[in-house]
Amino acid sequence: MAHPHDVPTSTQLLEAVRQWLERDVMPAVDARLQFHGRVAMNLLAMVEREIEIGPDQAVQHSQRLSTLGCADDSELAQRIKNGEMDDRLDEVRALVYASVIDKLQVANPKYLEK
Amino acid sequence: MARTWQSSDVKTTALVDALASDLSGVLGAREVSNLRRLTGGASRETWRFDADGSAFVLQRVRPGTIGGLKQEPSVLLMAAQHGVPVPELVFDGSASTALTEPFMIVRAVEGETIARKIQRDDAFGLARQNFCRDAGAALAKLHSIDVAEVSGLENEDQVVRYRDVLDFLNQPHPTFELVFHWLRAHAPESQRRTIVHGDFRLGNLMIGAEGIAAVLDWELAHLGDPMEDLGWLCVKAWRFGGAAPVAGLGTYDDLFASYEQHSGIAVDADAVRWWQVLGTLKWGIICISQASTHLSGVMRSHELAAIGRRVCENEYDLFQLLEGEW
Repeated sequence: MAHPHDVPTSTQLLEAVRQWLERDVMPAVDARLQFHGRVAMNLLAMVEREIEIGPDQAVQHSQRLSTLGCADDSELAQRIKNGEMDDRLDEVRALVYASVIDKLQVANPKYLEK
Repeated sequence: MARTWQSSDVKTTALVDALASDLSGVLGAREVSNLRRLTGGASRETWRFDADGSAFVLQRVRPGTIGGLKQEPSVLLMAAQHGVPVPELVFDGSASTALTEPFMIVRAVEGETIARKIQRDDAFGLARQNFCRDAGAALAKLHSIDVAEVSGLENEDQVVRYRDVLDFLNQPHPTFELVFHWLRAHAPESQRRTIVHGDFRLGNLMIGAEGIAAVLDWELAHLGDPMEDLGWLCVKAWRFGGAAPVAGLGTYDDLFASYEQHSGIAVDADAVRWWQVLGTLKWGIICISQASTHLSGVMRSHELAAIGRRVCENEYDLFQLLEGEW
């Protein structure tokens, strides 16, 4: 997607902050702040991944939803709840599972290796 | 979740000194010292202190929390009478205004609650071996209590409860709808109705060198199907990264064998599994709720925000659990 910004890119900026936390902040703080620092670094890495692969995932998610005739997850959830998907639950489960895998690819890809 | 010291939570020394003085009045103690705050639950403050040479723990309702201490002190007493390892209740302040909010004081039990240490440290080798035996025994004893002996415990259908919570949070999760569908279609015939601890897992168990020294955190105790406690103990999040199904420490067979030995009641593995599925769903919904605590501004915290992105771990766990079972 075209945009007017100079380098560094948004992911490169996030990476720079994350590496500063890791290199300079973490060794200088106590255990409790280190725990919160690690959480912060994980969040930055998560957003870096979302910026990288999120746009492709969005296209695929729209395709899944349109296969099921739903505008968004809200409509899909509501229609499963109302029993309107009962005659195609196998298909629904396969597509919902694919979206869960996509979410983990951004949120915590290591979780998929277990 | 870990019980670590949080001196930064302590607002002023004066506040702590005033509480120490109130505590010494409540206990009739000459000296209260070393008063310090531990991390507590959402609705409780937990403090540890020494009084005349003995160590105690104070649990006090967080100001502004609805519901008070409820039945916790009486459940604790009942559990002790039936041989469940619990801290000794020293003062039931559930109807007292001596510390402004309702409270209770128990004798401190030494040991470790942090899962990572219990799972790895050499000091807990024997405790790890004995874990399933102790957990099965403690739960069997708890579930043997005649429910007529304790009044006022909540008696709510857990599926309905978490259905309502999810609807209230208003965050769409197709996976959770699929799982609610499965839960309704496969609900076990519940034969027994007992006291359920409601949060029996590492983090809420004081582990000593030889095993479970005390079952803590009775805040969520309620009436229900006793298999709820066994299923919750096996939820993947409570394995803390360990591979073994029971708290990352032991096998289903060892847990069930001990439960059967101490209760004389056969464990229906399918019922436990159903509760494990509900427990996994429940933890996912709690994760949404934690993130909303941040998003709504009740408590701004990047740690709570991060938990919102862990919901998909629970969704993934649910798909793994139900593979071939739909």
